[in-house]
Amino acid sequence: MPDELVTQFKDTYYESPAGKIAIVTMDNGEDYRKPNSFGLGGMASLNACLDRVSAQPDVKAMILTGKPFIFGAGADLTQVPLIKTREQALEIARAGHAAFKRIIDLPFPTVAAINGVALGGGLEIALACDYRTVSSGVTAIGFPECFLGLIPGWGGTTLLPKLVGPEKALQIIIHNALNNNRMINGKQAFELGIADRLFEPVDLMDKTIAFTVGLLQGTEKVERPEPDWSDLDALCEQAKAVADSKVHGNSRAPYMAIENIRAAKDNTIDEGFALEDEALAELIPSPQMQAGAYAFDLTQRRAKKPVGVPEGAALPVRKVGILGAGLMGSQLAVLFLRRMKIPVVIKDIKQEFVDKGMGYITQEINRQAEKGRIDKDQVAWLLSLVEPTLDYKDMADCDFVIEAVLEEMPIKKQVFGELEEHVSETAILATNTSSLSVTEMASDLKHPGRVVGFHFFNPVAAMPLLEIIKAEKTDDPTLITAFDVGKKLGKRCVLCKDAPAFVVNRLLLRSMVETVKLVDEGNDFKEVDQALWAMGTPMPPFALLALVGPAIALHTNETLAAAFPDRYTVSENFKELVARKKPGVYGPDGEVDPEVREFWKQADPPKRIGPQEMRDRVSEALADECWRMIEDGVVGAPQEIDICMIFGAGYPFYMGGLTRYLDYAGYSEKVKGKKFHPDA
Amino acid sequence: MARELQEVFLIDACRTAFGKARPDGIFAQTRADDLVVKVIRSLLDRNPEVPRDKVDDNVWAASTQWGDQGLTIGRTTALLAGLPVSTPGVAIDRMCAGGMTAICFGASEIQVGAADIVIAGGVEHMGNHPMGQGADPNPRFLAEKLVDQSALNMGMTAENLHDMYPDITKEMCDEYAVICQRKAKKALDEGKFEKIIVPMTVWTGNGWKVADSDEQPRPDATLEGMRDLRTPFRVKGRVTPGNASGLNDGAAGAILASERAVKEYGLKPMMRLVQYSFAAVKPEIMGLGPVPATHKALERAGMKFEDLDVIEINEAFAVQVIVFMKEFGIEKYDDPRLNPWGGAIAFGHPLASSGGRLMAQLAYYFAEHPEAKYGLATMCVGLGQGGSVIWENVQS
Repeated sequence: MPDELVTQFKDTYYESPAGKIAIVTMDNGEDYRKPNSFGLGGMASLNACLDRVSAQPDVKAMILTGKPFIFGAGADLTQVPLIKTREQALEIARAGHAAFKRIIDLPFPTVAAINGVALGGGLEIALACDYRTVSSGVTAIGFPECFLGLIPGWGGTTLLPKLVGPEKALQIIIHNALNNNRMINGKQAFELGIADRLFEPVDLMDKTIAFTVGLLQGTEKVERPEPDWSDLDALCEQAKAVADSKVHGNSRAPYMAIENIRAAKDNTIDEGFALEDEALAELIPSPQMQAGAYAFDLTQRRAKKPVGVPEGAALPVRKVGILGAGLMGSQLAVLFLRRMKIPVVIKDIKQEFVDKGMGYITQEINRQAEKGRIDKDQVAWLLSLVEPTLDYKDMADCDFVIEAVLEEMPIKKQVFGELEEHVSETAILATNTSSLSVTEMASDLKHPGRVVGFHFFNPVAAMPLLEIIKAEKTDDPTLITAFDVGKKLGKRCVLCKDAPAFVVNRLLLRSMVETVKLVDEGNDFKEVDQALWAMGTPMPPFALLALVGPAIALHTNETLAAAFPDRYTVSENFKELVARKKPGVYGPDGEVDPEVREFWKQADPPKRIGPQEMRDRVSEALADECWRMIEDGVVGAPQEIDICMIFGAGYPFYMGGLTRYLDYAGYSEKVKGKKFHPDA
Repeated sequence: MARELQEVFLIDACRTAFGKARPDGIFAQTRADDLVVKVIRSLLDRNPEVPRDKVDDNVWAASTQWGDQGLTIGRTTALLAGLPVSTPGVAIDRMCAGGMTAICFGASEIQVGAADIVIAGGVEHMGNHPMGQGADPNPRFLAEKLVDQSALNMGMTAENLHDMYPDITKEMCDEYAVICQRKAKKALDEGKFEKIIVPMTVWTGNGWKVADSDEQPRPDATLEGMRDLRTPFRVKGRVTPGNASGLNDGAAGAILASERAVKEYGLKPMMRLVQYSFAAVKPEIMGLGPVPATHKALERAGMKFEDLDVIEINEAFAVQVIVFMKEFGIEKYDDPRLNPWGGAIAFGHPLASSGGRLMAQLAYYFAEHPEAKYGLATMCVGLGQGGSVIWENVQS
């Protein structure tokens, strides 16, 4: 575990026309790429700084700000794994409160100049000041705590509702945090009343000093509306409903935050801080928060530097080919155009397929331009980069060709074989297969070393994960280039061995097979859905099935069944669902489709079990599959499984992806007698 | 088509503090373009009646035009200062007289009717750009004896000036410098620089600090203290760090406007441009430059030296000012017409920015002295040039 990178509180003094102003700068000595964060060392530095400031009787005001581009990114999460007991957590909680309370109690005006990222503890220290100015250039202000499994417990749940009222406080602390950790920008912070003045980034500090001088001279007045507490109960219930839909009670954090906000109405600051102390003491050592910190660290560091990629330079990719102009191929074309802005040749076997693909690409590029994701003026040029064709010859000078044709091995092998006749020996051939063997796909080629798996998730534009599959013969330059392209496409890439269905689909299908089995055994669809959704996954399993499409899921199931017949048995009912072309088990009204209820054969007599048993069944199956994947070397470490599940399946931080949950809920040991993370 | 020349007015001028060009100087971690942006924004902030979208040119000088002073600094700083994208910008160089030239160039744009409002000035971050950085003098200069080797070293040219005027002694220069420091201290104490120097909050390794005063002034300087300073340019030389200007970081600039703009937007001008002239002398004695430049400007304006009520001369070196005094018959170092609020020996000389500083001091001196009618800003320039600008006080 790294030592705390201590954020120092540095004081300088300015003899202003209105008297001496202390300027306190938070600076951990690194550039903007390592934001300021707060641990016990930082709090000690803050206390020492406040001692120095307070020792000067002529100080008339204090301005608190951050090093260039960064205000404060909150508590130092790298220290969370070290906090194992309630007492340790309480110490951290109280240290923050004690230091921030000293700012609140200073006898002169204090102004926070929010010059950059202000998250969690960073926003809380700003709230401890009497006034706040904010730069219109700041894009990340918020309380991500509930997203991670924590509450903003250094004053956030107390000071924010007292400042802006419960509605806005709940918006920031609960709704935004649970909505994929949404943040607000400087302008929004000003409009919400969190900041008193909005200044341009170029002279935020100069304007803040002028504002402070104005406060001292009485020429600046700050007027804030009284917080409106009238709808408190309804607002809290609303927030609870959102928490229920997102964490299903699995993480206590949002509920505790809501109660603190509710209590802030009548609490003094000290009483509010005491509540926060208690909450942090409980939450920080909790497995959910420990998993949350682990997941945060994974996404911030490990996921950005994929493990297992060979060293070396990537080959240049100047032109891309796409085989198959169906929905997947067309989505890939849009992604390459948008992110890499290079020529794309898209081929299919019939003109009408190509035309349809071009129609989609044109529509999508225009739509993205309207949303402001693409420069409107570039639309025509970007579209001019796409070359539709029916002929492999037009791919002759492509450096990278990805196939998105039918998910059938003979077809895949055929198109790669035909393609190889036309492209250079070094052109990389990538496959977007979701479950077929990449090794086999390459087996008949003259240059199999250039074949690599490039498995995107649907919808391609939205899903951040890319599984990159190293087949038996995939050579290093190909692999390096694949990771380079993946990164340029804005994806989080994970290296996987060529094993059936790779990582995410293998696990989701294992879960699905167990889920279907539960229904086959006689349990009700909805009961199963509700029980399993409560594990914390982003949606109920049968909703996921409908989203993926039963036919695709069945196809993957069959591939996996061929490889692992004992674990991936294909349910006859499931086959029937696909045969009847049903979009899912539910009808448009959200109730089980009567036709499905009719044909779905359940065990007689039914073997019904309770929700916890259902969760146990699925969780144990997942633990079993994870262990097998680690042992087979599908990925190098459990961390990669978790990165995949977070970015490819939306598993929440408080589950730490998947393996941390399996550990803390006891399934790892139950299945294998040991934990995935024995040192955690 | 008949062409009508326009009058040019200086609406306002200001500068940043001048820092020492050293790793521990206040601006050591501040970019030159940010210094310029500070001047531009300050000028526009305190002159809200100047429409931001009517700035016809942003003219900025720097002696070394690369890095944070490169990329056409007039255009980069227009964008960085938040001026509309439609604001053009240009980069100017005449070494030490860069800022002065930028102001004259902008004035000429207005005079000929190419512009109505111009922001102009100069910057030099000598910490980032030591004097002569990247210079590659043509070998012909020395091979053909076009100039002496000493011509490229400003301190040596000052020693050359002493050779040319043997009656100007080191002691005289020291005395001049002490009086300059005293004048500067008095003016600073009396708050004369409140509008001239704009405070700027800057990042330093030790946190943000407010740069609100110059780092160079030595108000306690004494003749005794200066006596034994080293003479870095010659053995038994006369030029010392005490009677020269030093190496600094800073920016200074002004808003210029046509008579038409003054009327249309209700601007309050501080001074009217009467005449500017540049002249040149042998590079080895560049400090002489202000003499011919001033003669030329006066002659072209149809004025006599006696018409001038105040003179702001850049004190690159004390000897060069004493030469100027000698040539124009000013006898006393504390003559009230001469640098009444002190000069570069106290404040410092960030090359291209000094022209802007001279204009700012002149404008605010005029503000306090409505009885003063005409003023001169003049300075010497490396490689043997001089620049002189005559202004009329229009504040009453």
